Amino acid sequence: MNTDDLVALLARGPVAAVTRAPEKRLLAATAAALPLALFAMLAVLGVRPDLAAAVALPVFWIKLLVPAAIAAAAFVACARLSRPGGRPVAPWAAIVATLAMLWIASSMDVAAALPNDRHAVVFGQSAWPCVLSVSALSLPLLAAGFLALRHLAPTQPVLAGLAAGALAGGVAAVVYALHCTEMALPFLGTWYVVGMAVPALAGALLGPRLLRWR
Amino acid sequence: MRGYGAAGKTFFAAVVTPRSAATNPLKDPLNPIEDELRPLLLLALAGDNLAYARFLGRSAAHLRAFFRRRLAAFPDDVEDLVQETLLALHNYRHTWRPTERLTPWLYAIARYKLVDLLRSHAPRRAREIAIDDVLEDGALQASDADAATARRDLARLLETLPERMRMAIVHVKIEGLSVAEAAVRTGMSVSAVKVSIHRGLKKLAAALKDTP
Repeated sequence: MNTDDLVALLARGPVAAVTRAPEKRLLAATAAALPLALFAMLAVLGVRPDLAAAVALPVFWIKLLVPAAIAAAAFVACARLSRPGGRPVAPWAAIVATLAMLWIASSMDVAAALPNDRHAVVFGQSAWPCVLSVSALSLPLLAAGFLALRHLAPTQPVLAGLAAGALAGGVAAVVYALHCTEMALPFLGTWYVVGMAVPALAGALLGPRLLRWR
Repeated sequence: MRGYGAAGKTFFAAVVTPRSAATNPLKDPLNPIEDELRPLLLLALAGDNLAYARFLGRSAAHLRAFFRRRLAAFPDDVEDLVQETLLALHNYRHTWRPTERLTPWLYAIARYKLVDLLRSHAPRRAREIAIDDVLEDGALQASDADAATARRDLARLLETLPERMRMAIVHVKIEGLSVAEAAVRTGMSVSAVKVSIHRGLKKLAAALKDTP
């Protein structure tokens, strides 16, 4: 087929298209997978028993807000990376800045704690359950994000996968925070971050394998 | 480049670089391709078929020049790559964001296709370089605006598509029927025709890639 014929073929018929497709697809994917993660948390782990008292404490909200901020920035990064040539500098910077602030606050808490308490402040009672739960809860979100990306055109599959994984991890960490009773910032800065890093790294590894398009 | 601070940026640009046509941050006097293609695709995404044909035709010429410069050793692959990229521009036109520049998007797709080709054909091609290098120099003389015929025949690949996809594409994209008419002709629903065209063109792009 001559290229002119291909041009004529492609230009015939309905050619209009929506232009906010990446945002719509990723939002729909997250909205579809979030109930799954919530249901899994409610069914297997359950909401923390002292929820009514906890909502009065700032740490409870910080534990929701920090992962939510990371998820929001990762969402923007992922949407940009799903468009060919997208370079999401600001969203990555936002994630780094959020983590930096969290780690500075965590270090100050560790420094302020009595030497004998330091181990408890960092490790809490549930370090590994936290990492495992956040990783597991992120699975439906990661799968949905990748399905959405397969309809789009990421030209940097490692970064696109990383962003999709960070989005999944951030949302999963928000869900897990409704169950978790740890109330120390260093715990959030360590184990929540590790929990979110697991799906992010998985996304970066899977990206080149699953996100190729033609 | 996003919309924020456009007024301030314009003022700044007017003061510091008075010779630049900085009335619109997306307008770039050094990038005529952007200025040529952008308005065409904007019209096309709103449903203008003529503008879309012109956009694809002009993109084909720019892509041909782009690939010729980078595939001097394999001139045979240039037109295949142009057609592959046109299909990708079409299938993924919903991933361009109108508030951003068009050329980075377009050339990111072109580069993606180029890397794909080099990666998949590298071992086989490496053996042919010596002969191609010597014999095919004359192919570079042709003008970039001349549409050429690719080695792989899209019309034949079209025949290999599943019936519903093929009929939807033939009726709407080749015979020029409306989607509604094609729906009556094939007994499919209007949305099924649209989906079949979309899936068919994606399958065509994949088939193009799998054909050596």
